Formats: sequence, structure tokens, C-alpha cells
Amino acid sequence: MLGQAIALPQSEFPPGVEDFYLPTVVPWEGTGYWVTKITLLVWVTVAILIIFFLTAYRNPKLVPTKRQWFAESIYGFVRNNIAVDMIGHKGVRFAPYLTTLFCFILLNNLWGIVPGAQISPSSHIAFPAILAVISYVLFIAVGVQKHGIGYFKHAVVPPAPGFILPLLVPIEIFSNFLVRPFSLAVRLFANMFAGHMLLLVFTLGGFAMLNATPLLAPVSLLSWAMTIALTFLEALVIMLQSYVFVVLTASYVQGALADEH
Amino acid sequence: MNLAEVTGSVAAIGYGLAAIGPGIGVGLVFSAYIQSTARQPESSRLTIPYMWIGFAVIEALALLGVAFGFVWMGDL
Repeated sequence: MLGQAIALPQSEFPPGVEDFYLPTVVPWEGTGYWVTKITLLVWVTVAILIIFFLTAYRNPKLVPTKRQWFAESIYGFVRNNIAVDMIGHKGVRFAPYLTTLFCFILLNNLWGIVPGAQISPSSHIAFPAILAVISYVLFIAVGVQKHGIGYFKHAVVPPAPGFILPLLVPIEIFSNFLVRPFSLAVRLFANMFAGHMLLLVFTLGGFAMLNATPLLAPVSLLSWAMTIALTFLEALVIMLQSYVFVVLTASYVQGALADEH
Repeated sequence: MNLAEVTGSVAAIGYGLAAIGPGIGVGLVFSAYIQSTARQPESSRLTIPYMWIGFAVIEALALLGVAFGFVWMGDL
């Protein structure tokens, strides 16, 4: 991480996709990647989540301690404001999954603005893709559990006059079973990717201008000030995207649980 | 004689054009939320999740532009 900070002034200016492939932390024979910063950050995320929630609820008190209060408010927020609001009282049984999803995505995204880490594992498509696949399997499984195999008919045949169905059914199949998982994954990935790219443009742009001529030093300072301002914007995007991912998952589950029209 | 020669990637221009639609769409979503809340303040909690869902679905269009800009970089 320090090596990257020292290499910063010499970085090439237009940042590209290769800036997301960080050097491996633990070397492996040959040129392959083994443990990169991304892997490390995901492990740390999982460790933080497990340890925090285990210790927060190891010895629950009637008058909660600070840590227990914090854990309970996160769970309460997801349970009441997402699960119950979106799905209804049946949504309580999905609250544990939604809370885990919310915390995991939030912490993973947060690495994008934590000084020293400054890259989010979610900016690699693999992590959002797997999360989207889990949500996809979940809402189809819930639908099949509730309606049996008729769920697929229920999901793709809207209540409409027969002559319009040849047009509507392909659209519904496309939007419910192809676009949903794809857009869940791409939304999270592209937000984190674009955010990291934005910060890189302003940081490296400052160095590029400074290297070009010292006369541009004030503009470089402005560029770095922009980086700080954009970090706050990133913080907003990070919260929003973890919320949106969970709300959309809840809304898909709600759609799968809905009664016949 | 070349009057206006463009070299390199014009993907940035394409992305700028692609972002117009989602920009208008996101503006409409928030304006509708503000209007509905101004008319009926007690409905604000009820409509918040739907506002975010609408925002997220529209925003996905702009983000597809970011992703495909890199996917097809230099291929088309």
C-alpha cells in the first residue's frame, strides 16, 4: 500500500482498467495472482462482521450496551424499514438474509473511501455478480415454494387481453429473469468502479498537471480539493447502493410472494 | 484538408449523450417525490422505497453506459 502511494506521482495520467488489478500481496509462483488487496479486504470485511455481531450479542442486556444498541439498530433498520415495509409481515423471515447482505455490501463498498485501502472489492464484477446470483436464486426459490411450478406462469403472464400476450410474455421473461440479476450486479459494480475511477482522475490529474509545469500547481491543489469533496459524494453513493441492492432484493421477493392477480 | 479531425476514442462523447436520458429520468423521479410529499406530507415514508427503486432502475441505464464503454473499448 505504501509502495502504491510512493508510485503515485509517476502514474500514467488517464487511469484505466489496469488500475483495478493491484499487485499481489503474497507472491505466488509464476505470474498469477493469489492474495491481492481485494482478497484481503473481503476477508477483513467478513472477519469484522462475524466478530462484531457475535460479540455484540454474546451477552444481551435488557438495557443495551452501546455495541448491542448499534447492532440492534442496524438489524432493526433493515427489518422494519426494508423487510416489513416492502414485503409485509411475512418479510420478517427474510430479515436475517437482508441484514447480512446490507452489512456485507456496505462494508465492502466502504473500503472505497477508507484511507489506505481506497479501493472497493465491489469494483470487481465477480463480487456483485455472486451476490446478485444469490438474490436471484432466492426470489425464484421463494416463488416456487409459494406457488409451485405455476410461479413461472404467474411471473411471466400478466393479466392482459390474449392478443397482446405474444408481445408481453417475452418482455416479462426478459425483464424478470434476465435483466433483474444482470442489473443488480452491474449497478453495484459500475457505481463502485466509476467512483474509484473518478477519484483516480482527480488525484492523478493533479500530479499530471504538476509534472507538466509548476505553474499549474494551484490547479493541482484545486484538483486534490475536488478529490476530497468527491470522497464525500462517494460516501453517499456507498450508503445508497447498499440500500438500493437490499430494497430491490426485497421487492423481487415481494413480487414472488404476491398472490395470483 | 481536414476541417474537424477526431483521433482517439470518442467514447466519452457517446457516454455524455447516453447520460442525457437517465439524467432527465432521475430528475423526474425526484420531482415526483417532492411534489407528492408537498401535497401529502404524511405519505413521505410510504413512497420512499418506491422512489429509490425507480431511481435505481433508471440509474442502471447510465451505469450500463459506463460498463459498456469499457467492454467495447476500441472494438467498435
